Amino acid sequence: MDTTLRITSARAGSDFVARIEKASGQKLLACYQCGKCSAGCPMAAHMDVLPNQIIRMAQLGMKKQLLAARSIWMCVSCLTCNSRCPKDINIAEVIEALRKAALGGGERNDNLHIMELSSEARSVLPPIATISAMRKLTS
Amino acid sequence: MENENKPMKLAYYPGCTLKNQATNFDVSTVSSMAKLDVEVEELNNWNCCGTVHALDSDNVMNRVAPITNMIRVKEAQARTEGMASEFMTSCAMCYNTLKRANIDVKKRADALETINDFLSLEKTKYEGDVEVLHLLEYLRDRVGFDKLAERVTKPLKGLRVACYYGCLLVRPKEVAFDDVENPMVMENLVRALGATPVEFSHKTECCGAYQTVDKPDVIAERTDKIMGSAHEEQADLVVVSCPLCAFNLDYRQDDAKRLNPDFHNMPVLYFTQLMALAFGCDESALRFDLQHIDPLPALAARGLG
Repeated sequence: MDTTLRITSARAGSDFVARIEKASGQKLLACYQCGKCSAGCPMAAHMDVLPNQIIRMAQLGMKKQLLAARSIWMCVSCLTCNSRCPKDINIAEVIEALRKAALGGGERNDNLHIMELSSEARSVLPPIATISAMRKLTS
Repeated sequence: MENENKPMKLAYYPGCTLKNQATNFDVSTVSSMAKLDVEVEELNNWNCCGTVHALDSDNVMNRVAPITNMIRVKEAQARTEGMASEFMTSCAMCYNTLKRANIDVKKRADALETINDFLSLEKTKYEGDVEVLHLLEYLRDRVGFDKLAERVTKPLKGLRVACYYGCLLVRPKEVAFDDVENPMVMENLVRALGATPVEFSHKTECCGAYQTVDKPDVIAERTDKIMGSAHEEQADLVVVSCPLCAFNLDYRQDDAKRLNPDFHNMPVLYFTQLMALAFGCDESALRFDLQHIDPLPALAARGLG
């Protein structure tokens, strides 16, 4: 049995952490889990993973769980979290980076299928709604 | 006003929704500005603002659409006497996206160079020399609410107005032209029009934005909370500056009512419609027929409309 203890900064998922930090321009380790982002989030009631939990999971490189979370599609970038974070982390940017990670990679993994809506539902929508939804939720 | 004698010329960017469902926002903007001796000139060949600001760091492509509009402003300025290198938009979403793209390329010379290369067929280069203004900011800083009050012919006396800002006028801090948590610019405008602004808890809470496309149930919950908080303070109506907020808070009241049977219907107007009303503009400048919840009963109850 190998009893050697190895101390290294390399760990499972660290590539993903680096990618999210680069794409979002944020330092994930700055977060000390005060929870202010989740307390003010208007979409928190519709999320499965709260914004502060998203940051924690991103620190830990939990790629699979994050990309499968409903939360990344519920955030509408209202930026309440960003404006209230005492550590100046732009949480919405991290979530945008996660959306991009889910939408990228060559396969269309859209979270909005506009043609599945009834024509009646589509006809009342202003262009500002459909264009912004497609920009954020489709690849 | 800076020049009392000559009407001022101001470049105007309407945006997509003001030319579609929100015609009432467009006509009330243009008409009320005329009453303030500001001649607004719609930009030639304006294009989509981009609607949403891309938040990730790989975003230069997303800046091309907003920056093309800056070139249109420079072209308008070059051929129009008395026009400054700036433009106004009344749509909060266009304002936010255009302003942020502008701030971004002013800070990043390399990104601006790439965009100019991409737009090499344009005769004019963008050099970060255009300013983006929201109409509320223009009214406060250039016209002045005291001057504006002098043009009121039909004071909105007794009308209790809840001013809803949502996200885009106040966040992020770089684009906010008022306090991020407790903006007052719309309240001050409403007061200048003779109405009574009402404090309510949800004035900068997000309406749920584009989730309205396929998740109207989410918007119903948002609308119930936001409109409910205005109703609690006995508001007669809510004013907004964003056509997406307007759609969610006005049109989705049917869904809010299904979610909460105690939901109280309340009209939602653009702040420009309230201005046009106080300036004595006629129905063609108000277009209340485009409102989902009819504002006339609420206005009539205060002896207006």
